[in-house]
Parts: sequence; structure tokens; C-alpha cells
Amino acid sequence: MNKKQTNLEKYSVPEREFRPSIHPIIAVSDVCKNYKKLEVLNHVDLYVKQGEVVAIIGPSGSGKSTLLRCINRLETIRSGGIYYKNEDITVGGNKKLNSVRMHIGMVFQHFNLFPHLTVLQNITLGPIHLKKMKKEDANKKAEELLEMVGLLDKKDVYPEMLSGGQKQRIAIARTLAMEPDVILFDEPTSALDPEMVGEVLQVMKNLAKSGMTMIIVTHEMGFAREVASKVVFMDAGEITASGTPEKIFTNCENERVRAFLEKVL
Amino acid sequence: MDTLISIWHKYNSLFISGTKVTIILSLMTIVFATIIGSILAMMKISKLRLLRYIANIYVEFIRGTPLMVQIALIFYGLPILGVEFPELTIWGMDFERLSSGIFALTINSSAYVCEIVRSGIQSIDKGQMEAARSIGFGHTSSMLLIILPQAIKNILPALGNEFVSLIKNSSQVSIIGIAELMYVSDTVRGISYKPFEPLIIISVIYFIMTFIITRLITLFEKKLGKSTRR
Repeated sequence: MNKKQTNLEKYSVPEREFRPSIHPIIAVSDVCKNYKKLEVLNHVDLYVKQGEVVAIIGPSGSGKSTLLRCINRLETIRSGGIYYKNEDITVGGNKKLNSVRMHIGMVFQHFNLFPHLTVLQNITLGPIHLKKMKKEDANKKAEELLEMVGLLDKKDVYPEMLSGGQKQRIAIARTLAMEPDVILFDEPTSALDPEMVGEVLQVMKNLAKSGMTMIIVTHEMGFAREVASKVVFMDAGEITASGTPEKIFTNCENERVRAFLEKVL
Repeated sequence: MDTLISIWHKYNSLFISGTKVTIILSLMTIVFATIIGSILAMMKISKLRLLRYIANIYVEFIRGTPLMVQIALIFYGLPILGVEFPELTIWGMDFERLSSGIFALTINSSAYVCEIVRSGIQSIDKGQMEAARSIGFGHTSSMLLIILPQAIKNILPALGNEFVSLIKNSSQVSIIGIAELMYVSDTVRGISYKPFEPLIIISVIYFIMTFIITRLITLFEKKLGKSTRR
């Protein structure tokens, strides 16, 4: 534990390009991960400050989603450390893991709403069971959140009755109900019909404006450019470029980034 | 046809008590097998390799050997090892040997129930568990609140089918002298010297039982289908 902390301090000294000025809320430090012989993450460093919106872009199979899933410990890492508020989340038992996960929300590509529960129950399940909220309070909070994502009229229907965009907005509301400090978005619009992408991005934009810390794996370059405070480009398990959206999108000196952007834009 | 009716008239009390024994055998077995099979299924999807091995070996061995051999093994083998079965009294009747019959059928059926429960759980999308865990639920609460309520809809109809095959398989315990339907038919044949008619009668009784249950399962599935389209 102590050794890991010193490790973090080592990376906090002013030697890195995007060194955090205050203590990062999420710090990924020198993380390596492999599936058997395949290196999926290769010495990855990433610092996220409170209120920052980080967009992770890059070609398929570059390890973007894996990195995100590691931050929520849905995947284990081989070496390195991942810190939430200076606490290494890659060590420690299930109890600690569960409490950390309550503070780090996650929104999935395929929504993963619970099909046997109504929309309202989907949202209140966590607050009632984990935060020991009273049912009425949880319902009230859920209704506020549903109002926010514009789906209050759907509160008593089952997820099967919703469109993809509606499902994803509910999934975001479900995550928000736990009042997380950080939300991880794993390609939140990739499974949506094109006409539904906009409504989900709008909700995410509002969230970003409200000061929520977000890490977003996305293929929506326009969205990344507009909303992100920092853009990270990943290729072959490494972060090959990172910086402000202008820096990445307009005059990036990295050839690989330029080639990628030329293809997708 | 006349002999059929006269045999029924003469021995119907035997057939009825045989039916009762068959029903008790199957019911008690499905209850025990569901419990043991669920435990085996949990072992099979557990993270501990040793538990997985034990469950795998058990299921493979039981499914790879004939039921009749298992019944005989347990009835003749266990007393040699010093295990005595208690005699059970249910419905005010004395059911000799019933306990060892139930034991053998449970051992057999739990292997099949294990596979039913396991596949029911594993048919639920992995994302469900991930979503539950990412909210902050532990593994056990995720199972209880998210996975099992969905899996049960796959498991229950399959359990019903297992019950049907259990009713049919229970005829094999007649070899250890449990007075269920098959045994009754043998008895009646011995007394009346008619081999054919008692078999017709018990076939009809077996069919009535299994037909009622399969109809119930179909009804149940239809009802579920309405509320659980995904």
C-alpha cells in the first residue's frame, strides 16, 4: 500500500505533460494489462481532475473500453495502480470495491437495464438497497432524475417498451441516482440508431455543464470536440497523444492521430 | 377390453396406492433434487476450481451411468458400507424401502437439475451482472436481485420437464421392491396371469399424470411469455 502511494507521488511530480494541478480524482498510473500474450494496455497513465470531461478516442481494439472497465475494476490489471481520491482501488477486498463502485458510475454501450424491473425500480434499486434510502425518498429522487432526462412519463413501463435512446437516458439516470463523483461512459451511443444519438448526447452535455466528472469512450468526434476538456488518443494499448480538443483535432503533431482523424471526420 | 375392465375392478385399490407411491416418490425427489441441484449449479459456476471439479465429476458420472445401476448400487451398496435407511411413514402408509428409492432418484435427478439451473443462470446476459456490480452491489446481492429473478423464468419450465421425466423414471425403482405403479403391475400380473392388461392400465395412469403436467407447463410458459418479452 505504502509502496503504491509513493509510486503515485512519483508520477505526480511535474514531469508529465498533463500533470494534474490539484490532486486527481481518478489517477491511472503505469497500468499494464494483457489477455494471455496480447498486450491490451501498455504503461497507460491518465489523470482526471474534478469536473473534467475526458474523451478517449482511437481505433477499435486500441484498449479504450478496457481502460474504462479497469477503472471500475470490471477487469483486473497486471501491474500499475488505479487511484480514486488517492486510494488504490486495484487492491483490497470486495467490501471496499463495492463502496468505490458506488462512487464511480458506469454507463454501458448496451444499456444493461434490468428487464424484470420497471424504469422507476431500475433507478431506485441501488439507492434503496445500498444507500438505505427510504422508498418514498428514492422514488422522489428518481422522478426528479427522470424529469431531467425527459422521461418522467415512462416511469412505470418496462425497459422492453423503450427505444434505444430512451434506454440509454434511463441508464444515465440510474447511474446518477447513486450520486457518483465520476461517471464512465463506454461508447454510450454506439448501439443507437443515428436519430437517437442526439438525445443521449444532449443529456451528457447537460451533465458536463453541471460539473460532473466524466470519462467517455466515444466515436462521436464532434461531441468530443465540443464537450471534452481533454481528449486522449489511444492506439495499440498506449496513449499516444492527449491534450485540449483544439490541440488534438486541429494541429496534432502525431501522425497516427492525424491519419485516424482524417478517416473518421 | 372385458378383461381390462375386470382387472381394473378387481385390483383398482392396488393401482391407486401404486399411483400414490409414484407421486410421493416423484414429488419428494424433485424437491430434494432442486435443492441439491441448485447447490451443485452454484458450485459449477463458482470461482473456486475445486468446487467446480467436484460438481463436474459428479454431474458427468451420474449422467454417464444408467439410473437402474445407480438405484441398485445405492440399495445394495450402502448397507454394505454400514448406512441404514430409516423407514418412512407418509399418508399413514408404510413405505418400506421408499427412502433409499428417493435417495437414489435424488442423486440422479440433481445432476440434471444442476445443468438446468446452471444454463438458466448463464443464459442471462453478462452485462446484467456487470451493471449490478458497477452500481455497487456485491456478487451475492447481484445474483439475488438481478440474475435469479430473470433466470427463474428459464429454470421453472425446464424443472417441470424434469418432473415429468422423473415420474417416468421412478418406474425403475420397482427393481428394489418399492410398491409404485410398475411394481403393482408386476404384482397384478403375478396374481392374475395376465401380462398385458395391467401394463395398459399403468400406461394410461402414467400418461394422465405427465399430460396434466406438460399442459400446466405450457400454460405457465404462455403466461410468462406475456410479461417477459425482452
